Amino acid sequence: MDYIIKAIIPIIIGIVVINGMLKGVKVYECFVEGAKDGISICIKIMPYLLAMILAVSVFRESSAMDYFIKLVKPIVSIIGLPPELVPLAVVKPLSGSGAMGIFAETLKKYGPDSYIGLVASIMMGSTETIFYTITVYYGAVNIRKIRHTLIAAVFADITAIIMAVITAKFIY
Amino acid sequence: MINYIWFFILIVGIVFGIITGRGEIVSKSIIDCTGSTVELTIQLLGLMCLWCGVMKIAEKSGVTNVLAKILRPLLKIIFRKSFNNPAIVTPMIMNLTSNIMGLSNAATPFGIKTMEAMEDVNINKGVATNDMARFLVLNAACIQLVPTSVLSIRAASGSQNPGIIIIPAIITTAVAAVMGMIYCSILEKYF
Repeated sequence: MDYIIKAIIPIIIGIVVINGMLKGVKVYECFVEGAKDGISICIKIMPYLLAMILAVSVFRESSAMDYFIKLVKPIVSIIGLPPELVPLAVVKPLSGSGAMGIFAETLKKYGPDSYIGLVASIMMGSTETIFYTITVYYGAVNIRKIRHTLIAAVFADITAIIMAVITAKFIY
Repeated sequence: MINYIWFFILIVGIVFGIITGRGEIVSKSIIDCTGSTVELTIQLLGLMCLWCGVMKIAEKSGVTNVLAKILRPLLKIIFRKSFNNPAIVTPMIMNLTSNIMGLSNAATPFGIKTMEAMEDVNINKGVATNDMARFLVLNAACIQLVPTSVLSIRAASGSQNPGIIIIPAIITTAVAAVMGMIYCSILEKYF
């Protein structure tokens, strides 16, 4: 099991390509076509990354982050979330690309394989941007009373954070 | 909302830095972050292309159909009222499978179609139905089989093992999704 987790990237690529070949997909051409999309995604998120990396690194270097961490520590320690990840947890439901910027800055600061880095990665790999989805989907059909949607989604998000904290302990 | 948060993080940082005499350090970090963002973007470029290429092969080989088969029985349990209406279920399955494959651009139009079909049969127009709320919470906590951008950023930051988070992330999301449905079924009685 441990080995599977470590070798998961070649396993995924292998399964996808073999399965594609068996289904008669032109794997090479298809790969190249998909890879082209990767370029535009990267160029598109670059300004978002810059905006968030700028804000967070100023916040950190000015030592404001240290005080902020001390301030929120007693609250977030209830669910076991490292206080260093509060900025990520706050921005994540609001903006996917913004969260990506904070995420990149966090990994740079604490290292991708540190406990903080692992929790951050699992958080990023789990829930989506709730507020955006709710705004777009309900907005499209003119729903004005959203009832319990937001509360349930925020609870689900908190559940995901708690689970990220727990599952990160197993792989750390 | 994101405007206020960005403003808050940046301005508190700047004011705090200047007051505490860290003007020079903050100034250096502002200049440095532009360079490091470009570096990160260039490293990401190759990795994102790799994953988008792999996912394209998966998409073309009909992984979506397999996922749809797995999803159907689950959706039958969650959406008892809407499940017999193909106008709702068909785009819903496309929306969820696109999300699982990480194709968020493809997911949105299907999601809106699902919402439109749900609003068509909604008796109280303009008020969210229980199924709408469930659908949105499911969208917020949707499993992504290969979180491509997370893997890419991990690899670009020098991780020894970028893929190690995939299985924990899937478990985390699955639990969040199940709990999300439970929260919905409790909360919908009170709203």
